[in-house]
Amino acid sequence: MPRPVSEGRVATMSSDAVNGAGANPVMGNTLGGDNYLTHGRGLKSWLFTLDHKRIGVMYLVSILSSFLLGGVFALLVRTKLLTPGNSAMMSADQYNQMFTLHGAVMIFLFVIPGIPAALGNFVLPLMLGAKDVAFPRLNLASYYMWVTGAVMALVSMTTGAVDTGWTFYTPYSTTTNTSVIMMVAGVFVLGFSSIFTGLNFVVTIHKLRPAGMSWFKMPLFLWGLYGTAIIQIMATPVLGITLLLLIAERALGVGIFDPALGGDPVLFQHFFWFYSHPAVYIMILPAMGVISELVSVFSRKHIFGYTFIALSSIAIAVISFLVWGHHMFVAGQSNLASMIFSALTFMVAIPSAVKVFNWIATMYKGSIWLATPMVYVLSFLFLFGIGGLTGLFLGALATDVHLHDTYFVVAHFHYVMFGGTVIAFLGGLHYWWPKMFGRMYSDRWGRIAALLIFVGFNTTFFTQFVMGSHGAPRRSYHYLPEFQRYHQLSTLGSYILGIGFVIVAANLIHSLFRGRPAPANPWGGATLEWRTTSPPPHDNFATTPVAGDPYDVEAWRYDRTIGGFVPRAAGDAPAAG
Amino acid sequence: MSLGHDILDRLFSWAAIQTDGTFWMPVQASAGAEPVDRVFSFIFWVSVFFFVLIVALMVAFVVRYRRRPGREDAEDSAHHSTALELTWTLIPIAIVVFIFAWGFKVYLDLNTPPANSYEILVTGQKWKWLFTYPNGHVDENLHVPLDTPVRLVMTSEDVIHGFYIPAFRLKRDVVPGRYVKVWFRAIKPGEYQIYCTQYCGTGHSDMWAKVVVHEPGGFERWLDEASNFLKTMSPAEAGEKLYRTRGCAQCHSVDGTGGTGPTFRALFGHPVPLEGGKTVTADEDYIRESILDPQAKIVLGFQPVMPTFQGRLKDQEITAIIEYVKTVK
Repeated sequence: MPRPVSEGRVATMSSDAVNGAGANPVMGNTLGGDNYLTHGRGLKSWLFTLDHKRIGVMYLVSILSSFLLGGVFALLVRTKLLTPGNSAMMSADQYNQMFTLHGAVMIFLFVIPGIPAALGNFVLPLMLGAKDVAFPRLNLASYYMWVTGAVMALVSMTTGAVDTGWTFYTPYSTTTNTSVIMMVAGVFVLGFSSIFTGLNFVVTIHKLRPAGMSWFKMPLFLWGLYGTAIIQIMATPVLGITLLLLIAERALGVGIFDPALGGDPVLFQHFFWFYSHPAVYIMILPAMGVISELVSVFSRKHIFGYTFIALSSIAIAVISFLVWGHHMFVAGQSNLASMIFSALTFMVAIPSAVKVFNWIATMYKGSIWLATPMVYVLSFLFLFGIGGLTGLFLGALATDVHLHDTYFVVAHFHYVMFGGTVIAFLGGLHYWWPKMFGRMYSDRWGRIAALLIFVGFNTTFFTQFVMGSHGAPRRSYHYLPEFQRYHQLSTLGSYILGIGFVIVAANLIHSLFRGRPAPANPWGGATLEWRTTSPPPHDNFATTPVAGDPYDVEAWRYDRTIGGFVPRAAGDAPAAG
Repeated sequence: MSLGHDILDRLFSWAAIQTDGTFWMPVQASAGAEPVDRVFSFIFWVSVFFFVLIVALMVAFVVRYRRRPGREDAEDSAHHSTALELTWTLIPIAIVVFIFAWGFKVYLDLNTPPANSYEILVTGQKWKWLFTYPNGHVDENLHVPLDTPVRLVMTSEDVIHGFYIPAFRLKRDVVPGRYVKVWFRAIKPGEYQIYCTQYCGTGHSDMWAKVVVHEPGGFERWLDEASNFLKTMSPAEAGEKLYRTRGCAQCHSVDGTGGTGPTFRALFGHPVPLEGGKTVTADEDYIRESILDPQAKIVLGFQPVMPTFQGRLKDQEITAIIEYVKTVK
C-alpha cells in the first residue's frame, strides 16, 4: 500500500511551480528551487537525514571513496609486478598486505554495498512511487554501521594491516601477527549494514508498491534488488558467525579451525564460502537489474522476456546458496561433494545465460541510442560474456583442478565483478546522475571514458587468463621471468583503466558545476522515477503516481526544445496530478 | 615470407610463454594432462562460439538499428516468445550437462591411483617442499621415474599450502592434520615447475621446487647417489643439506635473525649463556648433545621445545651438521 503523500508542494514536470523558483528554464528541473538537496541546509540536516535520497548520496560518496582507496592499492600491486624479483617499492610482506587490502576494501566496502546501498537507496522508493523506504531510521542506521565498519577497517590498516588475503583462511589467519581481529570485526559490523539494507528493501518492495504495480509489473531493477536482499538477509549472518568463531579462536584459543587445537581448517572454508559465494550474487544481481533497465530505455523498446528475466533473478538467488563447494574442489572435500557442487554450479550458469539472450533480443529492431549508459551496457555484455563463459572452465572438475588458485581465477573473477558489476554500476550512475543531481554531464567525455575503461580492462585482465592457464599462481610477489611480458602488459592496462576513471570523475564532478540542467526525463525511461523532477523534491512526488508498464518507453518521445522526453499524447502527463 | 606473416610470426613468438606448450596450456608431461586439455579445448570452443554469437548479434544490431535521423523509434516486434526462451534455456542446459559429466569423469579417473604405485611423502612447510623417499632419503625436489604411477602422500607442518605441477595438471591443497593423496604418471622426461598455490605468507611465492622426470633407469641411479650424499659430498656440504631437509632451518636461522631456536650464525666456538646463569662454549660435544638431548642445556631466553633427534639422525649425519655449523660465520 502506498503511503499518503503530504499535501502542499507541487513539483511535477509540467508545473510552472517548479520553474516558479526562477532559477532555470528547463522543464522539470528544480535546481535553484526546492528539491531534496536544498530541503534543509547545513551538515546536521545531512548527518541526521532520514531521506533515502540523501542517504543514497552519502553512501555513494562513501563507497566511491572506498573504490578510490582500493583502486590505489591495485595500482600499487600492479606496479610492483612490472618486475619478477624483489622490488625497492615494497617488500613481500607489504605486497601481501597490499593485495589483501585491495580485496577486502573492494569487496566489503565497495562492491557489496555498491549498487544496492548507493543507487538502490536512491532509486528504489522512486521506482515504487513511494516517499521513502519502509524503515527510514533503519536505513540511516545501516549507513552508520557501514561507517563504523569502514573506520574499523581503516584502523586495522594503521595497526598492522592484515596479510591474509580477503578470504581470511585459517590457520594462517589465526597465526599471523597482523591485526586480523580488528579487520574481521569491521567486516562483522559491515555485515549488519548489509542486512539492514536488505531487510528494508524486502519490506519496502512488499508493502509500498503503488496501485497498478503487481509483482510482474515491477521494474526488473527491483527484482534484482529483491533477489539480492534475500541473500543479504539469509547469508550474511553465517559470515557473522564465522568471523566471530575466528575471533574466538584467535583471541581465546578456542579450537575450531586450527588442527593444533583440535579444529578443522577446511571447516572455515565451508563456512566462509557459504556466505561468500552467495555474496558474489549480491554483487552481480543488482548489476543485472541495472542492465535490464538500461537496455530497454536505450533501445527505445520494451524489454524482451520480462518474466524470464525476473524469475531468473530469483533462480540465481536460490541456487547461489547451493554452490559454495566449487571453491573447494582442490581443498580436500569428498569426490561426491565435488560432483554435486560441480553439477549445481553449472545450473546457476543457466539463468545468467537466459538474461544475456533476452538483453540481446531486446536490442533487436530497437532504436539503439549510444549514449554513455548504453556504451556501458555494450561493454557489460562483452565483458560479462567472457566472465560467464570462463566460469565453465572453473565449474568443470577436470579443468578446475588445473586452473584453481591461478591467475585464471583472478581474471575470471574480475571479468564478472568488474566487467559485470562495476561496469553496470557506472552505467547506472551515468543513467541516474541527472536525476540525482539535476545536471547533464558531457556525453562525449562519458563515452571516451567508457571506451578507455573497456580497453584498459581487457588489457589488464585478458593477459591474466593466459598466465593462469600456464600455471602462474595468484597472490605471488615473485614470478618466473617467462611471465614478465604478460605482467607488464597487464600493468599497462591498469594504468589505462586508471586514466579512464579519472575522466569519469572529472566529467561527473564538472557537470555538478557547469552541467546543463537536466529535464525530468532525459533518457525516456518509463519507470516512475522519471515522472518527478530532477532532482526530486524531498517527498519524491507531488501526488502518488499510478504505475503502468515500466517498459512502455515508446510512450515517450524526444522533445528537442527541452532536451528530454515528454509523453507522446498531449494531456497525458502521468504525474501532472 | 610476406610482411603479414612476419608480423604474425613475431606476434606469436612474443606472446608465447616459454613452457613448450600451446598458447593456452603448458607442456603435457603426465598421462593426466591430455584428457584435461581435451575438456579445456571443448569448453574453449563452446565459449568462443557463444561469445562470437553474442558479440556479433550485438554489433549487428547496433549498426543496423542505431538511432539516427528518420529512425527515432523502434520497430514493432514481440515482447516475449516462449519458444525462444525454451530454446535458449534447454540448449545451454544440454551443453553444460555434457561438460559437467565429462569433467567429472576425467576428474574421477585422475583421482583413482592404480595399485602398486611408487609412494613418496610430501611435506609442506613455510616456505618449502620436502620429499621423503621409501628408503628415508629426503630431498627438496621431486624426482620420479618415467612411466611409473607415483602416489604422493602429502601433509603440512603449519598452514595450508597448495601443491601444484602445471605440466601434470595436478593440484591439491596440503592441509595440516590430514594426509592428502594424489597420483600421476609422468610421460615426458625433463624438469617441470612445482608451485605453492595456497597463499601462506611472506615466502609464499618462493615456495618453488622442481619435479625431475628421469629417463628409464635414471631414477634408481639418482636415488642411489642422492641417498649416499654423505659419501659424495664434503661433510659441511652434506651438513648444509641436512640442515635444510631435516627441519633445523625452521627454527634456527643462519643469518642472525630470531626464531624459535637460537641462530647458528657465529655460534661455533663462542660462549653461550644458558638458563640458570651458566655459560657454555659451543663446541662439537655441546652441539651433539643439543641434537640428541635438547633439554639438557637451554639457551637463555628460549623455550625447551626442541624434540630429540635420537634415532632420527645417524652419527655421520650429526657430524656433518656440526661441520656445517662451523662454517656459518
